[in-house]
Amino acid sequence: MSEYGVLSSRQSTPYPDDRGRYGDFGGKFVPETLMPALQELETAYVEAKEDPDFQNLLRKHQTDYVGRPTPLYFAQRLTASLGGAKVYFKREDLAHTGAHKINNALGQGLLAKRMGKRRIIAETGAGQHGVATATAAALLGLDCDIYMGTEDIERQKLNVFRMRLLGARVIPVNSGSRILKDAINEALRDWVTNVRDTHYLLGTVHGPHPFPLICRDFQRIIGEEARKQILEHEGRLPDLLVACVGGGSNSIGLFFEFLGEDAVKMVGVEAGGIGLGPGQHAARFAGGSLGMLHGAMSYVLQDKNGQILTTHSVSAGLDYPSVGPEHAYLMRTGRVEYTHASDSEALAAFRQTSELEGIIPALESAHAVAYACKVVPNMPKDRIVIVNMSGRGDKDVQQAAKYLLPEEDFS
Amino acid sequence: MNRIEERFKALAEKGTPAFIPYITAGDPTLDVTERIVLELEKAGADIIEFGVPFSDPVADGVVNQEAAQRALKHGVSLRDIIKRVKKLRESSEIPIVLFTYFNPVLAYGVEAFAEDAKDAGVDGVLCVDLPPEEAAEYKRHLDARGIAAIFLLAPTSTPDRIEMIARNATGFVYYVSRTGVTGERDSIEATVKGMVAEIKKHTDKPVAVGFGISTPAQAAEVAGFAEGVVVGSAIVRLIGELGESPETAPKVGAFVKSLVTAVKETA
Repeated sequence: MSEYGVLSSRQSTPYPDDRGRYGDFGGKFVPETLMPALQELETAYVEAKEDPDFQNLLRKHQTDYVGRPTPLYFAQRLTASLGGAKVYFKREDLAHTGAHKINNALGQGLLAKRMGKRRIIAETGAGQHGVATATAAALLGLDCDIYMGTEDIERQKLNVFRMRLLGARVIPVNSGSRILKDAINEALRDWVTNVRDTHYLLGTVHGPHPFPLICRDFQRIIGEEARKQILEHEGRLPDLLVACVGGGSNSIGLFFEFLGEDAVKMVGVEAGGIGLGPGQHAARFAGGSLGMLHGAMSYVLQDKNGQILTTHSVSAGLDYPSVGPEHAYLMRTGRVEYTHASDSEALAAFRQTSELEGIIPALESAHAVAYACKVVPNMPKDRIVIVNMSGRGDKDVQQAAKYLLPEEDFS
Repeated sequence: MNRIEERFKALAEKGTPAFIPYITAGDPTLDVTERIVLELEKAGADIIEFGVPFSDPVADGVVNQEAAQRALKHGVSLRDIIKRVKKLRESSEIPIVLFTYFNPVLAYGVEAFAEDAKDAGVDGVLCVDLPPEEAAEYKRHLDARGIAAIFLLAPTSTPDRIEMIARNATGFVYYVSRTGVTGERDSIEATVKGMVAEIKKHTDKPVAVGFGISTPAQAAEVAGFAEGVVVGSAIVRLIGELGESPETAPKVGAFVKSLVTAVKETA
């Protein structure tokens, strides 16, 4: 059997193992300079996890600062319009800063502070993780630099200003395709240079171990709350969970609590872009293959020579050529199903959710709604679906207007 | 014994350190790369590092990133580079190390890569983002074919890791002189000499030092305490400036000659 996962279907439970492997995926593929830092992070994290003071401080911030628990909301008019199963939204868009990203940013920010790091850096695509990180830095009194591709700066101007307002420096990244992947490259270059006093606050369940584990643990609260809330609303567990998948943090956050419940079906929705040709999408499970990018073995969009392909999505937060290793594992084992929604389907869902529910979803989350809109009409009315409303769409209105109202100028 | 070990052995007998230039394979073209290698050999280089261009080179500074982009623009692949090494072997016996990221090797297939590299006459491989913890299978395939598996050590490496990595490395140990990416710097960090001495406590294998060495004076300084001196970005930048000009290979050769002289005269 190959150590590099040449498509065996080996499973390992519990996961990740002590090498940070989720079956064939994950691991720690980084230059030597960073290996001791990953070990230091893992040690600090294991200690913090066991420390009641740290956990109490985290809980207090989650309640008083983030505003948790976020509501589980019954989307009555959308449900009526679709004419099938009942649709609930887990309202991560109501968390402070407007997305689930704050859960991880706050947790890792507290961890960085505990480790004595004075500076945090992060990458951002849509800007939500950058805003969450800048917010955590302001709250905790840490220096903060955010790397962002110039293509994303252009389509997420509002978030760029928010980050600056919060006291962070936004460093434009002009290399490569000038989007999320390139911002991660630059953040890694910064970290390899300043590793002694800097914590890299990675924003998703990707990267070298222990990042996928840490980020998942800080996002698990989404599913833990949703389980309690659906039991209060309906007295039973849901039939289907739907979440969008970029790196995969909001979806793991919702799914993880339910993985042991065989009756709960889960679907992750990737960015189908404008088609499934090379460079047109970010649907790693539809067009990718086994590869190693940014420290983890996973599914990667690449050419036959192992060069990483460019991606496209209307949503900057899903526009990434690889996917968290735990998702690769859940896909391989068949526990979670992965599909994709196109730019136009996401935009239609963006408009529909706004009109029917008075909720403007992030374009990322709109991909999850788009899938729900496809399957819910064919489900019986007594079935229950939870869609993760991972973020709010205020940041996206200018971008969306270009597509939805092309004749008008909102710039 | 492969060519790398033979070369270090011969140099040890003479008491001189190795000079190891790094160039991005395929920048500006593989034909020019081949001509440059022959000039570097004439200039007295001991081992050549061939950088394999990758789309997302996280350990590289801007100079090497741009060189990789130029090579990728006309589609240079790991397969093409291995073929070119085979062709070079018709005219040169200089030891050749491939300096690569792991994903192109993974896409090639680790075993097929090791087999083709052996067949072509590659002497060593350094995968910059493949630490020994993830490298067991890779190393097994290289070891079986007598190809050196070179690993990095860094200023942040702990004594445990120095011991573990030195034990796993074959050919030589590559010490990264600074926390950071490849690129030219104004000075050599004061800690380098001490770290090389620390590494030598754990291994008899030759220690080469790279990242940030760019001038004859810096090369001479490092030659005072290491068995190998690697210079990359300064040479890559020169190649980038000269492009496909017929002057490229001889001019690069002349610059490398000045570095070789500095290294050899120190000893």
